[in-house]
Formats: sequence, structure tokens, C-alpha cells
Amino acid sequence: MALTADHAVQGGQMLLTLLLAPLLTGFVRTIKARLLRRRGPTPLQPYRDLLKLLRKDVVLADSASWLFRVAPYLIFAAIWVAASLVPTFASGLPFSWTADLIAIVALLGTARFFLALAGLDVGTSFGGIGASREMMIASLAEPAMLMMVFTLSLLAGTTELSAVARFMLNADVGLRVSLALALLALIMVAIAENARIPVDNPATHLELTMVHEAMVLEYSGRHLALIELAASLKLLLYLSLTACIFAPWGMATAGAGFVDDLVGVAAYLAKLAAGGLLLALFETSVAKMRVFRVGEFLGAALMLGLLGTLLLFVSRSL
Amino acid sequence: MPLSLSLGLTMVLLAVGLHAIAASRRAGCTRRVYGVSLAVCSVLLGMALAHLLSAASPTTLVLPLGLPWLGAHFRLDALSAFFLVVVNLGGMVASLFALGYGQHEQAPERVLPFYPAFLAGMNLVLLADDAFTFLFVWEFMSLSSWALVMAHHREPANARAGYLYLVMACFGTLALLLTFGLLAGPNGGYDFAAIRAARATPGAATLALALALAGAGSKAGLVPLHVWLPLAHPAAPSHVSALMSGVMTKVAVYGFIRIAFDLLGGPAWWWGGLVLALGGITTVLGVLYALMQHDLKRLLAYHTVENIGIIFIGLGLALAFQTNHMYANAALALTAALFHIFNHSLFKSLLFLGTGAVLTASGERDMERLGGLIHLMPWTALAFLIGAAAISALPPLNGFVSEWLTFQAILASPELPQWPLKFLVPAVGALLALSAALAATCFVKAFGITFLGRPRSPAAAGARETDGYSLAALFALATLCLLAGILPGLVVDSLSPVVGMLNGSTRLTAQSSQPWLTLVPVVDVKSTYNGLLVLLFMAFSGIAAALLIHRFASTVARRGPAWDCGFPEASPATQYTAGSFAQPIRRVFGSVVFQARERVFMPPPGDSRAARLEVELRDPVWERGYAPIVAAVVALSSRFNAFQYLTIRRYLSLVFGALVLLLLGMVLWR
Repeated sequence: MALTADHAVQGGQMLLTLLLAPLLTGFVRTIKARLLRRRGPTPLQPYRDLLKLLRKDVVLADSASWLFRVAPYLIFAAIWVAASLVPTFASGLPFSWTADLIAIVALLGTARFFLALAGLDVGTSFGGIGASREMMIASLAEPAMLMMVFTLSLLAGTTELSAVARFMLNADVGLRVSLALALLALIMVAIAENARIPVDNPATHLELTMVHEAMVLEYSGRHLALIELAASLKLLLYLSLTACIFAPWGMATAGAGFVDDLVGVAAYLAKLAAGGLLLALFETSVAKMRVFRVGEFLGAALMLGLLGTLLLFVSRSL
Repeated sequence: MPLSLSLGLTMVLLAVGLHAIAASRRAGCTRRVYGVSLAVCSVLLGMALAHLLSAASPTTLVLPLGLPWLGAHFRLDALSAFFLVVVNLGGMVASLFALGYGQHEQAPERVLPFYPAFLAGMNLVLLADDAFTFLFVWEFMSLSSWALVMAHHREPANARAGYLYLVMACFGTLALLLTFGLLAGPNGGYDFAAIRAARATPGAATLALALALAGAGSKAGLVPLHVWLPLAHPAAPSHVSALMSGVMTKVAVYGFIRIAFDLLGGPAWWWGGLVLALGGITTVLGVLYALMQHDLKRLLAYHTVENIGIIFIGLGLALAFQTNHMYANAALALTAALFHIFNHSLFKSLLFLGTGAVLTASGERDMERLGGLIHLMPWTALAFLIGAAAISALPPLNGFVSEWLTFQAILASPELPQWPLKFLVPAVGALLALSAALAATCFVKAFGITFLGRPRSPAAAGARETDGYSLAALFALATLCLLAGILPGLVVDSLSPVVGMLNGSTRLTAQSSQPWLTLVPVVDVKSTYNGLLVLLFMAFSGIAAALLIHRFASTVARRGPAWDCGFPEASPATQYTAGSFAQPIRRVFGSVVFQARERVFMPPPGDSRAARLEVELRDPVWERGYAPIVAAVVALSSRFNAFQYLTIRRYLSLVFGALVLLLLGMVLWR
């Protein structure tokens, strides 16, 4: 297989997601601080944190097993592969047929599976509480996400993301009830999966409602750096996914020229900035909910997704 | 030729069983029985695989056994060849495992004679080609497995499980007996060729399908006929549990496929809907039951119920598509179901065998008393982890591929013209998605509580790694799980003769010619998945990250006490347990499905007694479905009990009255 410009774009996309992910996290943090009238750290702070963590020693708990040491690499790999399979600034890339949207959701599931296991590995109550809650949240969020995927694929006739993006660029898609429901479900799932307010609070781990931060409590050094990076990648993934499906404007197509790619990158950055801004606004304007209300929250997402799918089973024009 | 050889080899298995009756106490008998089983299963596997891959035409054989006017018919076709592969692969690995595991058996005379007989019974069910032979060997399979369930019969729970199993097996066989009676028609054409040619009337066919669903479904564990399964499967020795859960349930599914797709003709559309709905309910209820368990083997057995549901979802979709003459989609759904049958036989056997290794090492199967085994049994833990990830449908392993195919089949179904199906299919899709996510939770719990953390009992702390035979069996299955996950195209291609046979010769396009062995199930719907590339990408990025970090950043790893937010507690009792891990799920789902109630008993201040938490779960299926029947039977029999204590005059008048009534009835009927 000859190395073509498309392969270069694919590689560029993989690197871009990796490089942009901490910036997005930092950006959201900065905006949130500004909305609270604090100065806050610069958006570049996550890079510094990652570099600092990478240089530090790892302190392993006495009861940690090999799984605890392998898990960060596995989690990072699964999420990075998933994130680089989501079209960001260009669609129809050479490896976009490797995994469709269902497989991307499942890859995130693989990462979550190992993260929850790592939480249980040391044998502390904090790790257990985080793992148990994470899996409870996931067991509702994943089906909701899949119902969103069903809705999309019933419309686009495929579960492959590049093709979905191309389909959504068509003028004749129009405004549809089912798409609105799917968008709502996707946003609710994204909030839950990325441990954002109102489901979880990314800024603290000393609260009785904690989920994600409790799971990774025992991690330190390079392992923690990988997990933090993976978490940022996941946030980026969900934003790119929303952008690619519901706002695919400006995206370059396969075999497009360099200029198109640049336009695509600019559009992508603008979309990320807008998404980050909206997320920060939303997070500062709502309160965290009790952990057992999450079931109702995600149950609603699941029902919205199912409703969208049902509408399409009834009529393709809804 | 392969057919008569297969029959001959099953006779070898039976002979070994007979030999073991006499010799089971002697040294070396365990080795001999499992060694011969291993060899026979390998040969049978090879022959079945050759038949399947060469897409050979069916061969038949009639032996002068059984009913004199019928004889015993046997047939080897693509469908039975596929299931022979599943059965003998499972049998082979279980025998290999048992070469090591069987040495620990307390009562070998209760296991060794029945184990090869059970294997022979399953093989014969797949080869039978007339109703009489089928029912005979089906019952033989049930009884030999019942004997294995009762191997440790002194435990009261096992005795109860065996009793319930026997009752349900009788019910299942009765339903199948009536099915074949209906199919054979008044002329009694009991061999399958005659049934196929006869084509039952719609009314009889509908009734027959319902009965077949009850008969095969009770053996497979379809809700609400599953109640015996989670009791009986764990009661047997672990390698037998693996066979019962991984393989025998598949033989039951074979029975359903044979009747519904091969023997019955001209189905009505709502058959598919019925099977689909049952499958959807089964899959979610099965995994919810599994999540509530803390006995590892029982958790796995309940989880079998879930997977049977997934298989039946695929079969129901295939039926629905076939009745609407959408054969391409039916081929997709059938491939998904068959692929899942194969997958489930792999990972469920792996998990049961892994549990067997844990059971030998620690003597415990209660997860609340296990923990930390990954340090003591690292290889068993690795194999179990692969099985757990595979059954949770995580890419790039095999469980994901079959669920992905099932999802694709569901997505192909809006073209179904019937309105009830239009509403049912997306709902079943949601149930399937829910069960997939819950399965991951279930196996985080199963693996995490059993193998991770710190030992919760001295028994778990004293565990040792299992023997070489057992590890070989575990890793053989784990390797197959990975291979089937990254090379799904090859599996789909070898399934295609079976799909072609059941689906009016419409099958999926050949997958092995796709670039990079990508799975492209339906050409016009461009949804693709490539497990191999996913694995390569993941390996590349994981290894690259590890190398870069170790080259340019730190490599130091120090050991210290757990951080636990500054308050590490030395007692292993402070860890999360199976019960506490499932608590959020119990709260979200269990309060509706199981009417779960939690009560906390707090001693008053100053009282030094421990606080207690009681969890009460109610089994909706048992309480609504079975308890009334049991109560009615008990009430009726205690009423009739009075007849045992009558005087002789009353007995005589009773006999006289019965005679008069019967004569009267005869007169009136004439």
C-alpha cells in the first residue's frame, strides 16, 4: 500500500487529536475560571502537568498487580485509537473503514473496562466505589449512545462515521425530530462519560459523589499522566464526534488539496472552541446531582435515543 | 464414511464410560477416560471441520436399531457439522482441562462413567435424523448430564438442583415429543426427510413451533424456562459445568434451529416476533440475575441465559426476515446467531474452566471470600481476563464481532413490513445494547472481585497456580477467542454453508477476499469492522507510548502502602465486595425487577455488636410463574392424599363408580 497524501492526513489527524486534547481540557478550565471571575491557570497548564507527571517516579501500592501497570497503556491505546477514528478535519480517510461508530463506542468500553478493573486492583474502598459507579453510569450511557448510533445509521444507511458525515453534509437531510433527539441523547451521554457536572465533578476527588477521580486515586507519575491524557482525549473525542455528525461544515474530503485541509483544520478548531465554551457555560450554570439521580438522567437519554430510533422505524422522513 | 466413523467414535466414548463403571476407583482411570475423550473429540472435531470447510454434501445412514419399522436414521450435513465442531471443541478442551482437574475429584466413580456418555449423547443428538432417535439420544444426553449434576449429591442444594433439572428436562422432552408428533402427522412419518417433505399445515406448524420453543428453550435456558439452569450447571464438576453451559445449551439451540429452520416450512411472520421478544427479555433478565449473584459459577450460569437470549435475538430476526423473503438480511442475522453460538461456547467454557481452577486452588467459589488471586495465579488470571473481556463484547475480541453483526442485522430491519415488528425490533435493539453494557459491569465484578484486590479469606490467600493441563486448556480457548475476534472473516466464511443450507442458499458474500480481512457483512450498507487493524493500532499506540515514556521520561517504580486518600485500612474487609459493587445496579434496576429491599440494622450507641445490612431480592419469574404451579401441585396432591387412607368399602365403591362413569362416557361418546 503506497503512502499517499491521505495516509499523511490520517497520521496528522492522529497526532492532532493527541496534541489538541490537553489544550481543550485547559481551555474549558480557563473559561470556567473566568466565568467564576477567577483568573485561573493558562490553557497550557495541562501540558505542564503532563510533563511534570511524566518525569516523576511511579509509586505503586503494595497490593498492585501487573494489571495495574498495564492498564494505563491499554486505556490510552484504546481511547487514542477511538479518537483517531473519528473524523476531525477531514473525512473518508484510508483507515476510516477499520471501525465504525459501534466499534468506537465499544473501544471506549474496552478502556472503561480496564479502568474499572484498575480501580479495583489495589483493593481500597475508594477504588471500588469509583469502579462500581462508573460501571453503573456506563451501563446506562452505553445503550443510550448505541441508540443514538442506531438513529444515525438508520438515516445515513451506514454506521461508518465518514459516510455519516458525508450524508449529513447533504442539503436534503433537513431538520428532523429524530436527529434532535439523537443530539440531545449524545450530549447527555457525553456529559456522563466525561465525568462532567452534573454527573461527576472533574475538579475534585474528595466528595462522596465522586466517580472517575476515585477510580484513579492510586495512580501516580507516568501512569497518571497517561490516564489524564486519555481522559482529555475522550473529551476531545466526544466533541469531535458531535461536530462531525451534527456540524460537519468545512470538513475536507478524501483526496482534497492542502488548502481544503487547512480550512478543515480551522473549522475544526473553531468547532472545538465553541464546544468547549458551551461546555464551560453549561457546567457553571448547573448544580451537581445526587449519584442515584444519574440513573434517571441517563435513563432519559436512553429513552430519547430509543424514541429517535422508533420514529425512524415508523417513518424514514421523521 | 465420516458419518459411520463418527458413530463408531461415539460408541468408543460409550465403551469408555462402561469401562469406567468397573474401573473408576483404580489408579490411572481418570487419565484414561479423559485421554480417550480428548482423542475422540479431536478426531470428531477434525472430521466435522473438514466436512464444514469442504462444504461437502450431506451423507445419511440407516441402522436397523430403534423402532423396527423405522430404523435409526443418521445424517451429517452442514448444520450438524457446525454444531459438531462446537461440541467437540468444547469436549476436547474440557477433557484436556480434566486431565489435571479430574485428579482432585472426590468421587470419581460418579463422574467418570457419565462424562464420556454425556459427550456421546451430545454428538448423537446432532447426528440423529429421525424423531425417535433424536428424542432417545436427547433424553440420554439429559440423563447423563443429570447424573453429572448429582455427582456431589450429598449437598442438599445439589439434590434440589438435580430434582428441578429432572422435572424441567422431562417437560422439555415432552414438548419435543409433541412437536414431532405434530410434525409427523397422522401417517407417522417420523424420519426427518419425511417431515421435511410433508410440510405441516399452518395450524399444526404454529403449535409445533411453540412446542419446539418450549422444549429446546427449556434446555437452552430461555426465560421463563431457565430456572433450573443456574442451579444445575454450577452443581456439576467445573469441566462438566463448562460443557453444560458452553456446549449443551448449544445442542438445545441446534434442536430449535433444526425444527424451526429445517423441518418446518412456510412460517408466519409473528413467529420471528415471538422468538425475538423472548430473546430480548431473556438477555436483559439473564444479565441482571447474573449481576445479583456472588457465587462465581452461578453468576456464569445466569450469564449463559443472557447469551442464549442474544442467540435467539439473531434467530428471531432471521425468521422474521425469511418470512418476508428478505434472504440477504436473514443471512446476516443467521450468521450473527451462529457466530455467537461459536463464541459463547469458547468464552463460557473458558470462564467455567477458570472458575474450576480457582475452585481447586482455593476451595471457594463465593466471590466474597476470594480476591487477590492475580498475584497467586497469574496465568489463570490472564486467561480469565481474556474470557471476561471477550464475553463483555470488547473489541478486538470475538464477543464484539457477533454482537456487532447482530446490531447490523437489527439496523437492516426497518424494511420489515409488519408494524408490530417495526416497534419490537428497535426495542429489542435497546435491550441488547443494555445487556451488552450490563455484561461488562458483570464481568468487571466477576474478575475484579475474584482476582484483584486483596485476599478476603485465608483460603484465597493460600491459593496456588493450577496445573499445566488446565493452563493449556485455558490458553487454547483464550487464543481462539482472540483469533476469532481479529479474523472474523474466516469464521463467517466457514459458517456460510450452514447459512446457505438454512436460508434457501442465500448467504453472505465471501469475506476472506476483502482487503486486510475486513468484515463487510452487507455490501450495499457500507458498515465495516476490522478487528485485526484495531488490534494492530492498539498494540502500536500502546507499545509506542510505553517505549517513548520509558526512553525519555521516568522508568522508576517504587512500592509503598496504598494511598487511599491518606487513610489506608489494612483489613481486607474494607475492600469493595461483590455485593457492594453491584449495589448501584441493584438500586437502579433491581428495585423494579427484583423488588430489591435493603435494610440496615444499626446497633444503638454503646452497643459493640456489628451493624448488619440485609438485602432481599425476589425472583419475579419463580414467584409469579413457578410458585403458583408448585403450590397447586402440592395442594392437589395433599388433597388426593386422602385416597390413601380409605376403607375397603370405599375403595370398592370408588372402583365401581369409576367403572360406571367410564361406561357412561363411552356410551355418550358413541
